[in-house]
Amino acid sequence: MTQTNRLEGGQINRQKIVQFAFNDQMYNAHPGDTLASALLANGIKHVGSSFKYHRPRGIFSAGPEEPNALVELRRGAAQEPNTRATVAEVFDGMMARSQNHKGPLGFDLMGVNDLLSPFLSAGFYYKTFMWPKAFWEKLYEPIIRASAGLGSLSGLPDPDTYDKGFLHADILIIGAGPAGIAAALQAGRSGARVILADEDFTPGGRLNAENLSVDGSQGTDWVKASLAELSQLDNVRIMTRTTIYGAYDHGIYGALERKTDHLAKSEGMPRQVLWRIYTKQAILCAGATERSIAFGNNDRPGIMLAGAVRAYVNRWAVTPGKRIAVFTNNDDGWRTATDLVAKGVEVSAVIDSRATKAPTDVAGAIVVMGATVTNTFGRKGIHTFSLSNGQSIKADCLAVSGGWNPNVHLTCHQRGRPVWNETQACFVPGGDLPMGMLVAGAANGELSLGQALSAGYATANTAMQNLGLSAAASNAPNADEESTKVTAFWHVKESAKRCWIDLQNDVTTKDINVSYQDGFRAVEHLKRYTTLGMATDQGKTSNVLGLAIMAEHSGKTIEQTGTTIFRPPYTPVPIGALAGRCRGEDFRPVRHTPSHGWAEQQGAVFVETGNWLRAQWFPQPGETHWRESVDREVIQTRESVGVCDVSTLGKIDVQGKDAGEFLNRVYANTFATLAVGKVRYGLMLREDGIVMDDGTTARMSENHYVMTTTTANAVSVFRHMEFCRQCLWPGLDVQLISATEQWAQFAVAGPNARKLLQKVVDADTDLSNEAFPFMACSEIKVCGGTPGRLFRISFSGELAYEIAVPTRYGNSMMAALMEAGEEFNAVPYGTEALGVMRIEKGHAAGNELVGQTSALNIGLGKMVSKKKDSIGSKMSEREGMNTENALNLVGFKPVNRDKPLLAGAHFVSKGAEPTMENDEGWMTSVAYSPSLGHSIGLGFIQRGADRMGEVVHASDQLRGGSCDVEIVSPHFIDPEGERLRG
Amino acid sequence: MIINHPLLGPRDAAEFVYLGDASLINRPDGLTADASGDFYEYLYLRDNPAGLHKELWYHEQGDRSWLVVTRNTLTHEITEVELARDVAKAQGRDK
Amino acid sequence: MRYSALKIIKEGLTGNKGWTPAWREPEPRSQYDVVIVGGGGHGLATAYYLAKVHGVTNVAVLEKGWLGSGNIGRNTTIIRSNYMLPGNQPFYELSLKLWEGLEQDFNYNAMISQRGILNLCHSDPQRDAYARRGNAMLMSGADAVLLDADGVRKLCPEMDFDNARFPIKGGLWQKRGGTVRHDAVAWGYARGADERGVDIIQNCEVTGMQINNGVCTGVETSRGRINAKKVAVCVAGSSGRVMSLAGMRLPIESHVLQAFVSEGLKPTIPGVVTFGAGHFYISQSDKGGLVFGGDIDGYNTYAQRGNLPTVEDVCEGGMALMPNIGRARLLRSWGGVMDMSMDGSPFIDKTDTKGLYFNGGWCYGGFKATPASGWCYAHLLATDTPHETATQMRLDRFQNGRMIDEKGMGAQPNLH
Repeated sequence: MTQTNRLEGGQINRQKIVQFAFNDQMYNAHPGDTLASALLANGIKHVGSSFKYHRPRGIFSAGPEEPNALVELRRGAAQEPNTRATVAEVFDGMMARSQNHKGPLGFDLMGVNDLLSPFLSAGFYYKTFMWPKAFWEKLYEPIIRASAGLGSLSGLPDPDTYDKGFLHADILIIGAGPAGIAAALQAGRSGARVILADEDFTPGGRLNAENLSVDGSQGTDWVKASLAELSQLDNVRIMTRTTIYGAYDHGIYGALERKTDHLAKSEGMPRQVLWRIYTKQAILCAGATERSIAFGNNDRPGIMLAGAVRAYVNRWAVTPGKRIAVFTNNDDGWRTATDLVAKGVEVSAVIDSRATKAPTDVAGAIVVMGATVTNTFGRKGIHTFSLSNGQSIKADCLAVSGGWNPNVHLTCHQRGRPVWNETQACFVPGGDLPMGMLVAGAANGELSLGQALSAGYATANTAMQNLGLSAAASNAPNADEESTKVTAFWHVKESAKRCWIDLQNDVTTKDINVSYQDGFRAVEHLKRYTTLGMATDQGKTSNVLGLAIMAEHSGKTIEQTGTTIFRPPYTPVPIGALAGRCRGEDFRPVRHTPSHGWAEQQGAVFVETGNWLRAQWFPQPGETHWRESVDREVIQTRESVGVCDVSTLGKIDVQGKDAGEFLNRVYANTFATLAVGKVRYGLMLREDGIVMDDGTTARMSENHYVMTTTTANAVSVFRHMEFCRQCLWPGLDVQLISATEQWAQFAVAGPNARKLLQKVVDADTDLSNEAFPFMACSEIKVCGGTPGRLFRISFSGELAYEIAVPTRYGNSMMAALMEAGEEFNAVPYGTEALGVMRIEKGHAAGNELVGQTSALNIGLGKMVSKKKDSIGSKMSEREGMNTENALNLVGFKPVNRDKPLLAGAHFVSKGAEPTMENDEGWMTSVAYSPSLGHSIGLGFIQRGADRMGEVVHASDQLRGGSCDVEIVSPHFIDPEGERLRG
Repeated sequence: MIINHPLLGPRDAAEFVYLGDASLINRPDGLTADASGDFYEYLYLRDNPAGLHKELWYHEQGDRSWLVVTRNTLTHEITEVELARDVAKAQGRDK
Repeated sequence: MRYSALKIIKEGLTGNKGWTPAWREPEPRSQYDVVIVGGGGHGLATAYYLAKVHGVTNVAVLEKGWLGSGNIGRNTTIIRSNYMLPGNQPFYELSLKLWEGLEQDFNYNAMISQRGILNLCHSDPQRDAYARRGNAMLMSGADAVLLDADGVRKLCPEMDFDNARFPIKGGLWQKRGGTVRHDAVAWGYARGADERGVDIIQNCEVTGMQINNGVCTGVETSRGRINAKKVAVCVAGSSGRVMSLAGMRLPIESHVLQAFVSEGLKPTIPGVVTFGAGHFYISQSDKGGLVFGGDIDGYNTYAQRGNLPTVEDVCEGGMALMPNIGRARLLRSWGGVMDMSMDGSPFIDKTDTKGLYFNGGWCYGGFKATPASGWCYAHLLATDTPHETATQMRLDRFQNGRMIDEKGMGAQPNLH
């Protein structure tokens, strides 16, 4: 196809032609084009449907503020909804589709909404759809949901990757327009570490769009020369396609760099990089965004911002129309007319709401001062408009300028409020800027080129001064002062037709009127009631207009009416980019146990335990159900010997003269009396008397203890102990270090445990019951001189040991243990068998220690020593934690032994209704006990310790698994503890 | 946020774990007659000021120091960072 | 004015000129029976039920900014009653039942949409905990279904089932859970309260409490002194600040919770889904935006904004669970200040000062509680006895060791 609207010049590469598809039709474009400029070059005006009324819409702007021209870009898994055609760079093979319409774009069936518009005014949905009640969810809401929304996601996983990075700078300059470049030149020449970031793919900002000169040369040439100089400076980093999307505390900025969005494929590169930039000073040079004027039917394709028309003509050498008119309230709008004429485009008229003298001549144009546009005609593209003086004028493009709004967005991200500047008719940054932020150029209300350049230069010097750096002796770039005179004008009240304010969300002046009548007059009420400024453009072209029109309605000034602030991000950021690499299997790091490799070779099934992967069971050939494996592991362990990697338990080395005293305070039970070479079970409470953790602590020597914690609490217990050490008792001589990752540790349990171990430890180690009794510990040597530690402790209830070696020997140790155990038919067991055996033994674990249970609840109330002041002892005395009806941890057996118990069932007395009033507790852990041949459970029940033998009802309405259960001792196996002492 | 660690210099707050009001240093004596009331106030009641707040941060991804950070809860500005051990000692805490 | 489809058609045909303000803008009077401090969801609901249920209409609601400017306008709009403990569950179930009849009750469409809430589990202990919770819900008359992985897949096929670091093992599904158009709740209550004679006074900041001999007799405000027989504080997020005017320290810290919304998309998320292996929950609004959030930032703050680590953490959870949302764009993020209490549960109670009442400590769960909070607070104010579903929501529960700690995190507010 020919590019019918292409002009001469512009910053495009005419040597190359790229092809792109829009709604399945192929078109030509040039590198340097955006999708919007390419569509305009090909004469395409109607590019989308509006949100509510499904009105035909065209390209409105030339930047990120675009409300209308949103497309679904790419196909398949890479489909990207709501992409603004005005910032999407064209590439060869680009596929784009219009969105939010039923049927082809030209015949949007949802267009019927437009006819119903009198009934769809602001907030109409709050006033209806209430009857009959059931209809909201069954009828109204599904219809609304299906018609709402804009583009579609593909439903497939995002195929791209995203990276994250961190940068540091003395000065971050946000925006490489005239002010930003002037600031970068000065700061860069002075030697500061500078980052100059711009969202565009071509730096220069408005200079690219204007026909203005700097220091005597064409603006775009000055940009090129300046960038060339900056790129020679080692202390300056220029980042294009990089949007600074948010200003966060203490000078931290979020940035999104688009790496491959302008390419057909990512080709192994990350699609985007999310940078966190740490700065001492930041200079916001984000420019300004033009706003529209509200007049009748001002939303038609072909009605555009005047500055955007200028940008298309100058930068992209594209004319949005063959016969263009301008409607303005300011001098800047006139430059659109003069630039068009200079490019040889016919200008049919210039309408200025100000009843003053025309600021300039425009060849061939009808000039009407003091008049306004009241209505426009042409459903899929404007062809005619009428004026307040009754005149009718032909134009296929109407360029509108209602003045410029400084891009104050980032100044608001820490809740700073912009202030109204009456002369310039715009909001400028207020005084409460984010720490270290300065603002220069149009973003600061310095709207002319000359002002922007000198402000950029001066602000760089201010930043240097704030940093204590000296400024280079160079001069500010110079430019003529073009006129930016403006007389605020918002709304053509004579228009009988709807006048749009927010194009994307279809908010018109009539909605403001209804909002006012309904009492929604505060700015935030207005926004929320009408949805003004809530669309994907976040009101960049509409907020101020809406505010001003509400002010007119209320008879108040804009200052009295208020302002709304902007929240991050400045422009939308893909969720994929914010997540980076943390997705799928890489969501969180994986921790492997020291014997992971060995377990893998055995074909173990693994389970996630926090970030750890632990062997859950070790299936053997012929086993078809996990229970077979687990039952076998339990039986073999209880009959002979089993080995389990328990390295995930937290290990904390506690040393120092006062280590014993320290443990005495962090544990509820007494530790000061623990003998060297002995281990003791320790119960740790939170300060509120609830159980925090438990484990064993071994006294290896006079001033050296080794503590274990549960796997889940390894980190938080260590943190807590450091708090106690540093903040509560800084005078105690005690040092802590986490040794979780330094030691591989294995439980060796079962009647043959001693025999097995004897083969592994070095010959001089006496493991006899007399020399190494239950709860003994010792430094040992294994496998011929490898240092290790041995603890005679038991979680399974069997004769058991835990043997520890430095982590690097862990995998070999596991293999050595199993080899030594071969003659005893030793079995490796996983976390499931571990769990079964601890339930059989009645040990509380994660399911019981849920942060809601006290020592009393788990049957260890007497362990809380009253003779000393330990963490949690005082608060555990509170009356509510010591009532007659307190929960006790007990065991449960199903009355019908064939019935499987279910964790999470709640107990009620037999015959009682299963209601919350009758709730007496719940089942915490269950297992099939291969030793007993039926299901067993642990659980909390009121007064449980006094109710042995009572039958109660375990109610499980959730799974229909209710059954009667008998309250029994939680120690199902070897209640006297003979085995573990054997 | 950035916390200027007294030993390590400026560090991203993401390296730290937050606990709460630095008054948690002032743990009462559990063996006195008024201990119940003291512990209730110590553990549960907070000034929760809108303004300067002395608070405890733990350098978990770093040197394991507990710090007392003085930070404004309205602006997040940090005006002082001290080692909690020093603060505790200065307040008379010892063994 | 009664709202209806007929009224809309009539107004539409006559140029939409006959609408009247949803509430008056009265000047404060010098004396009320009840002054409610805080014109957010809970305060307005309290006023509404005081007037409607108890016939107490000599009431003022004082709001520092514009009505609904607190957390009612800054939340992620979820309603549910999937609580476990006896101190909470009946209260939240009352709330859900009130939600179910609310729109017809106050003649305002708040778009209550019970499309369900699904809490995912990724481990056996997590499933056991959900079973405990689900059974508790059923025992107090709420609804709950425990799903296995296949059941979850049917509801939400686009989640990561095959490549996940923490595979989805199942979930607890409450069909009656869902979402509500949050602002409309404030507006509906305000309109209903105003109609019944309650004065809603915006831009009126309470600057002091009148307390003599242990009796509260009114408040000082930026618009003068207002006397009241009862002063009912209801300013979650700012409870610390306001109650300090009465010299009270609270078992509460103020924290910021960030929330996020994406650009509008065609329907892709069925109801509310919460990730069990990271900090992430999500729903989709009627307008098409993905509304999502995660954990609080974790430090004390009164600033209504947060920081990047939390933003990224939330999105990581999102991508881990739903890799199909990677190309959806985050449109806007904001922060709300939460009253984080010492056990994660709220307070609706008298104080030691006669005539001064307190409602707060809602953590990040206040939105769903709005109707029941108003209902129970109105009950307390009218009868001076706690409502039967709120008997445990007392200020003295920490003194006597009767915490309502759903998550079991203890006296550290940022962990709840």
